[in-house]
Amino acid sequence: MELDIVSLSRLQFAMTALYHFLFVPLTIGLSILLATMETVYVMTGREVWKRMVKFWGTLFGINFVLGVATGLTMEFQFGMNWSYYSQYVGDVFGAPLAIEGLMAFFLEATFVGLFFFGWDKLSKRQHLAATWAVAMGTNLSALWILIANGWMQHPVGSEFNPQTMRMEVTSFYEVLFNPVAQAKFVHTVSAGYVTASLFIVGISAWYLLKGRHIEIARRSIAVAAAFGFASALSVVVLGDESGYEANLNQKMKLATIEAMWETEPAPASFNLIAIPDMEARDNSFAIEVPYVMGLIATRSLTKEIPGIKELVERSKDRIRQGVIAWEALQKIRAADDAGQTVDEAVRNDFVINQHNLGYAYLLMPFAKDLTKATNEEIDAAAWSAVPNIWPMFYGFRIMVACGFFFILLTGVFFFLASTGKVEGLRFKGRWLLHVAVLSIPLPWIACEMGWFVAEYGRQPWIIEGMLPTHAAVSSLSVTEVLLTLAGFVALYSTLLVIEVSLMLKYIRKGPDDGGEPEAMPARTGGMSSIAAE
Amino acid sequence: MILHELIDYSTLKLIWWLLLGILLIGFAVTDGFDMGVGTLLPFVGETDTERRVAINSIGATWEGNQVWFILGGGAIFAAWPPLYAISFSGFYLAMFIVLAAMILRPVSFKYRSKRPDPSWRNGWDWALFVGSFVPALVFGVAVGNVLEGVPFTLDRDLRMTYEGSFFGLFTPFSLLCGLLSVSMLVMHGGAWLGLKTDGIVAVRGRRYGTVAAFAALVLFALGGYLVYSGYVEGYRITSEIDPNMPANPLFKKAVIEGSAWMANYSTYPWMMIAPALGFLGTFGALIGLQTRLEMLTFACSKLAVFGIISTVGVSMFPFLLPSSVQPDASLTVWDASSSHQTLFNMLVATVIFLPLVLAYTAWVYKVLWGKVDEATIERDNDTAY
Repeated sequence: MELDIVSLSRLQFAMTALYHFLFVPLTIGLSILLATMETVYVMTGREVWKRMVKFWGTLFGINFVLGVATGLTMEFQFGMNWSYYSQYVGDVFGAPLAIEGLMAFFLEATFVGLFFFGWDKLSKRQHLAATWAVAMGTNLSALWILIANGWMQHPVGSEFNPQTMRMEVTSFYEVLFNPVAQAKFVHTVSAGYVTASLFIVGISAWYLLKGRHIEIARRSIAVAAAFGFASALSVVVLGDESGYEANLNQKMKLATIEAMWETEPAPASFNLIAIPDMEARDNSFAIEVPYVMGLIATRSLTKEIPGIKELVERSKDRIRQGVIAWEALQKIRAADDAGQTVDEAVRNDFVINQHNLGYAYLLMPFAKDLTKATNEEIDAAAWSAVPNIWPMFYGFRIMVACGFFFILLTGVFFFLASTGKVEGLRFKGRWLLHVAVLSIPLPWIACEMGWFVAEYGRQPWIIEGMLPTHAAVSSLSVTEVLLTLAGFVALYSTLLVIEVSLMLKYIRKGPDDGGEPEAMPARTGGMSSIAAE
Repeated sequence: MILHELIDYSTLKLIWWLLLGILLIGFAVTDGFDMGVGTLLPFVGETDTERRVAINSIGATWEGNQVWFILGGGAIFAAWPPLYAISFSGFYLAMFIVLAAMILRPVSFKYRSKRPDPSWRNGWDWALFVGSFVPALVFGVAVGNVLEGVPFTLDRDLRMTYEGSFFGLFTPFSLLCGLLSVSMLVMHGGAWLGLKTDGIVAVRGRRYGTVAAFAALVLFALGGYLVYSGYVEGYRITSEIDPNMPANPLFKKAVIEGSAWMANYSTYPWMMIAPALGFLGTFGALIGLQTRLEMLTFACSKLAVFGIISTVGVSMFPFLLPSSVQPDASLTVWDASSSHQTLFNMLVATVIFLPLVLAYTAWVYKVLWGKVDEATIERDNDTAY
C-alpha cells in the first residue's frame, strides 16, 4: 500500500474502529445479561444472583471503560481525517451521531456510575432500573450509529444541493427507517449478545474444569447459553437479511463476497470455496453449491444476480452520466458568478444526472479533463470500483462459519443446561468444556470480519455511489497522519495489554462465593429449578 | 414534509447558536470540575488515601459528565458541519493530543485501584493529571486561536485547505487563553473539592482554588484588554446578509478589523452581562473559597464559567470561526449551519431529550450526595476507585 493520505487515513479509521469494536460487542451483550441476572435476583431474592451480577459486572467495567475511551476518537475523527466527508454529508450523517449522544450515551454513562456505586444507596428495584438503563443506553447507541452507517451503505432520504455543495436531508423518516440500518442494527447487537454469551459460557466452563465456583458457573451457563442460542439464531437470520438488502442496494459488495464474475442464470449457485484471480478476472478454482446464492440474495428461483463484469459495465454508464452532471454544475456556477441565468437545458442535464455526480468524482484520479475522458480511462475508473475479492470472499466465509458454530455450541449448552446436565460435564464430557473455553475468542474474530466485509466491501465509496473515499479526506500532510496513526496504535495497544491482564487477574480471582461450599455433587433438575435455587 | 417551516431558518440558526453555547458551557461546568480535580490531584493528595478522596469525589459521575464533550462533537457535526469539518482537521495534532489525553482518563479512574502496587497507582495518577490538565490547556489555546482567526481557505467545492502549523497555534494571546482556561477549571475543581470532600483534601482544594481564581480574574481582565485595545483583531461582515441564506460561507464578504470584537457591546449593550458575570462569578468564588459557604461558592464558580465562555460567544457573534487568510470564507451563524430541516429535526430531539438528561443527572447527583473523606474511602476500600 502506498503511503498517501487516503490510504493512511483509511488505515487509521480501520485501526481505531476495529479496536473500538473489540470492546463494544462485549459491552452490548454483557449489559443485557447483567440486567437479566439482576432481574432474577430481584424476583427471587437469592443472594447468589447478586454475586453473579457483581462478578460479571467487574469484568464488564474493565471492558466498558476501553469502549468509552476508544469511542472518543470515533466521534471526532470524521472531522479530523475526513474533513470533506464531514462537510459533504454532515447535514445527514451528523444528526444520528448527535442523537446517539443525547439519547444513548448520557443514559448509559450516567447510570453506569450508579450500577457500580449505587448498591448501598438505592433500593433493589431502583438499582435494577439503573442497570436496565445502562443496557438500554448501550443498545440504543448501537441503533443510532448503525442508522448513520446504514446511510453510508444506502444513502436514502437525501439529495445533493449545488448551492451548499453537500448532501441535505429530504426525509429524516427515510434515514431513520432505512431498511439497511434496521437489518444491520439487529445483526450487530445480536453479534454482541453472542460475544457476551460465549464469554460467560467459556469462563464458567473454565471454573467447572477447575472445580471452582460451581454454583455461579452453572447458573451463568444456563442464562448465557439460552440467551446466546437465541442470539446466534438471530445473528444468522439477520445476516441473511443483510445479504438480501445488499442485493437490493450494494450489488457489487454481494458479487465480490461471492467472487461472482459473470451473471449466472437464476437461481445462482453459491461458491463454497474459490480461488479468485483478479488479473484474469475469473476464479481459477471453485466448489459451487447450486441454487443457494439465488435463494439468499433474491429469495426466488427466477431473479438474476448481476456478476462483477456486468456491474462494471453499468458503472461505466453511470460515470458518463456523472460527467454530464459535473459539466452542467460547472456551467450553472459560472452563470451564478456572472449573475446570469443558465440555460434550461443545462439545468435539466444536472437534474437528470445529478444522482450520478459521485461517479464523476470516481473518474477524477484517472482523467485530467473529465469531459475529454477516453474509454480506457472510464474503463479503469469503473474497474477501480471493484474491491479486492480475496479478503471479501474469505472474510465473509470465516464469519458465516463462526456463526453456524455458535448456533451449535450454544445449542448444546442450552440443551444441557435445560436438562440439568451442565455440572455433570465436570466428570463426563470435559472436552466440551474445553471447547467452550477455546471458543471465547471466536466471536471477536467473527465481529471484526463482519465489520471488514461491510466496510471494505463498500470501497471505493465512502457514501455508496455518492462520494468516493479518495475525495473525502482532509488536507493534511503524510507526516501528520503517520504521527497520529502511530500514536493511536501505541496508546491503544498498551491499553489493550493492560485491559487483558486485568481481565485475567479478575477471572483468576473469581467471584465471591458467599461462603457456600465449593464443589457440590452433580445434580439433576431442569431450567426451572435453576432460578429458584 | 413542511413541518420544519414552522420555525424560520434564521431563527433556527440563532437557536442553534444558543444551543452550541449551552453545550459548551454544559461541558465546561460539569466535566470542567472533573478536569480541575484531575489537575489538582498531585497537589491536594499526598498519600494514596488522600488522592482517593479526590478521585472518588468525582468517581461515580465523571463518566456522565464526559458525555457533554462527546455530545458537543456530535452536535457541532449535526448543526454546524463546516465548523466540525474545518476546526477538527485544522487543529489536527492539537486535537490528537486532546483525544490521547482524554482517553487516559476513563482508564485511569477504572484501573487505578485494581492493583495495590504504589507504582501502578502513581502511574495512573499522572495519567489522570495529564488527561485533565492537557485538554483544559488545549481547549483554551483553541479558543484563543478562534478569536484571532484561523488560517484556512475554502475553494468553490468548499474543500478546506489549512495553511497553519501545529506550533503556529501557540501565540502569546492563545497561551493566555490556555492559562485562563486552566485556572478557571482549577478554580472550579477547587470549589468542588471544598463542597464534596472533607478534611485535608478540602482544605487544600480551597487553597489552590483561591490561587486559581485570582489568576483567572487577572487573565480574564488582561485578555479582555488585549481584545479591547485591538491587539487581537476582530472580524466584520461587509456585505449584505440575508439570515435565511443557504449555508455557503463564500456567499458573503468579511474583513479583519481592529477592535471589531467590541462592536457588539455598543450595538447590543445587554451583552455586557456576559463579561460582567465572568468577573462577578470569579470574584464571588474567590471570596467564597475563604468561607464554608460551599454551595454558594460552587454556584459562583459555575457562574464564572458561564460568564467567561459566553463572553467569547457574544463578542464574536455572528462569527463562529473566522479565517485569517481568506476572511470571506469565515464561518458565521448565518452561513455555516445545517439545512433548515436538519436544524429543526435536531431541535425536536433536543427539546425532548435534553430535559430528560438534566432530570436524571440531577437525580443521580442527589442519590450520590454526601461528602467523601478518608473514613468513607477506608470503609468502601474494595468498591471505591
